Amino acid sequence: MKTDIVLAGVGGQGILSIATILGAAALKENLHLKQAEVHGMSQRGGDVQSNLRLSSDPIASDLIPLGGADLIVSLEPMEALRYVSYLKPTGWIVTNTAPFVNIDNYPEENALNEELERFDNVVAFDMDAMSKEVATARASNMLLLGAAAPFIDMEVEKIEDGIRTVFGAKGENIVETNIKAFRAGYDYTRNLLKTR
Amino acid sequence: MKTKNLLLGDEALALGALHAGLSGAYAYPGTPSTEILEFVQSHPITKERNIHSHWSSNEKTAMEEALGMSFAGKRSMVSMKHVGLNVAADPFVNSAMTGANGGILVISADDPSMHSSQNEQDSRYYAAFAFIPCLEPSNQQEAYDMARYGFVLSEKYGIPVMVRLVTRLSHSRAVVEVDSEYLPQNNIHFPKFGPQWVLMPANSKRRYVELLKDYDKLQQVSETSPFNSYRDGNDKSIGIIVSGIAANYLDELFPNGCPFPVVKVSQYPLPVEMISSLVADTDSLLIIEEGQPFIEQRIRGELDKNGIVYGKLSGQLPRTGELTPDAVREALLTLRPELSELRLPEPKAASQIVMPRPPALCQGCSHRDVYSALNDALKEYKEPKVFGDIGCYTLGYLSPFNAIDTCLDMGASVTMAKGAADAGVFPSIGIIGDSTFTHSGMTGLLDAINENTNMVLIISDNLTTGMTGGQDSQGTGKLEDICMGLGASPEHVRTIDALPKLHEDIKQLFLDEINYPGLSVVIVRRECIQTARRHAAAKAKQAKKD
Repeated sequence: MKTDIVLAGVGGQGILSIATILGAAALKENLHLKQAEVHGMSQRGGDVQSNLRLSSDPIASDLIPLGGADLIVSLEPMEALRYVSYLKPTGWIVTNTAPFVNIDNYPEENALNEELERFDNVVAFDMDAMSKEVATARASNMLLLGAAAPFIDMEVEKIEDGIRTVFGAKGENIVETNIKAFRAGYDYTRNLLKTR
Repeated sequence: MKTKNLLLGDEALALGALHAGLSGAYAYPGTPSTEILEFVQSHPITKERNIHSHWSSNEKTAMEEALGMSFAGKRSMVSMKHVGLNVAADPFVNSAMTGANGGILVISADDPSMHSSQNEQDSRYYAAFAFIPCLEPSNQQEAYDMARYGFVLSEKYGIPVMVRLVTRLSHSRAVVEVDSEYLPQNNIHFPKFGPQWVLMPANSKRRYVELLKDYDKLQQVSETSPFNSYRDGNDKSIGIIVSGIAANYLDELFPNGCPFPVVKVSQYPLPVEMISSLVADTDSLLIIEEGQPFIEQRIRGELDKNGIVYGKLSGQLPRTGELTPDAVREALLTLRPELSELRLPEPKAASQIVMPRPPALCQGCSHRDVYSALNDALKEYKEPKVFGDIGCYTLGYLSPFNAIDTCLDMGASVTMAKGAADAGVFPSIGIIGDSTFTHSGMTGLLDAINENTNMVLIISDNLTTGMTGGQDSQGTGKLEDICMGLGASPEHVRTIDALPKLHEDIKQLFLDEINYPGLSVVIVRRECIQTARRHAAAKAKQAKKD
């Protein structure tokens, strides 16, 4: 198996916890993994991304080449679009559509949605809203991970185990809240794929 | 027994050192090196073995402290970002002359692409300049393995060893196999040859001859280093020299093996004999290295501009920014267009709708209150100049504040404001953070105090080293005493809280001190919003437990 993922968002949104969970799952499954992160100045509300590569074979490069990503997974719609040149022709974009507006020239919401619709393989919905409804607002990154899970070449139970490992120290309630959000995202994408 | 851990490059190196008998780790925070000391601080072995892991005031003090531990026979390491090595350059270069007793690793993390830095300087030049061997891991496993190897090399040849990291390795995670048995720590034992530790001319002259001889020996070690290799290939039209993390980008292009002969370099001085055989076996050379064209310049020389050496200087690889698998692919395709299997489908066009999203000071950040009051105060003057410094508050350059005119290096706010005031600039303002002030601002302030320079130094004290994630700041609770201890007039060392409701008071304080014809220090203080949140959460958690 091999899945190359560009994780995207705004500094402070929590893309690194998604990476941590997939990392924990990959380690347990004896998979190879490389994950390049961004630390430092850009974490102060700037655009952040992480290249996450999972494979059953050894991985050479820490960075994904242009046109090489199977998936763009984003907590924010404009940030998803920032990395489309990294997407494979057959790749998928899975993104939250709730905008994070901290710049003056942020594009119109309609324009963003239209731009996303130009791509064939897109899962885009308001994950903040759904997460608030089924779990808590803070679990939207786990809902995003769930929505991306059908495209990751790893059994979904293994990813759930990763969530348990990473959130385990914070208590059973937090684990269950995050699993609930994860499953809601997962179900959303599965249903969407059925109707295609 | 080996176990598997998921580690950043920084963490892998730190763990390697912990497992190899480390007794002391020294550092000043700096992206991308910060996680090295943070990892040491949080690791159980550190507590178990009583390993030193406190932050130092700056990279120079850290380097000297580490060398003191080496003098005492114990294994030490010092870590910094590339520009931190400029600060530590004096002890670093001279540590080649004293040599090492206990093994010492000098870790310098370069930041090509300037993700969080002011330049792209390449630490390998420093190592060569000082005649210090350099290890350059190409992946996280090598980073782990090189700690132990580096300590042994350092003790065997009696010389500090540089480990050069780059951002993409420092901040990339991978599965690393680690030892479950740890080497013992060294006991205190002193250098066998005392004179070289006293660098006065008579001793230094003798030692320099030895150092040059040792460097020749170290080149021989590079020829047989487990981290350097010659891999043959059938196509002799190009020989490739690849160093450090660049090796991964080449391997990425040729998962079934590179058709060209390849010399991989991860230990310096350069394995000249290995490279000579590559040159003899092949028609041309392509040199792929992260950072500046260090190897390329050595191989090419200054005169051969149209030869058979390809790389950054000849334009096949970009001269600026970090390497990518795409850049390496392009270089090979430029030289050998017929390698069509390397081509990927044309990537999707970048989306035109996407706007830049630059970083900004956090909402609720105390630096915001300082800049908004300062901007208001300075409206009354025709040509005020504000000399900035290194930290989150460098973001005051950007909109909406557009508040600073310069940013050079750690501490330069103080001394550039002084130089400008000497030239007649009024008002001349320096603005510096608390941690940067104790890093390199204090000595410059002494200059200004001694001449009672007509300037204002603002210390925006948020009680932490904010930009790198909130490490302890060495001056916390001492700033007024430090300034007055250096000789600043107590009437003109002023302190005020950085709060939006005090906007007018802060502004007035600035105005008062600008109009005082001499040196003033205004300390504007409020805890970093990020660390304040973390402290509040920890407190709430503790209260819940109680």
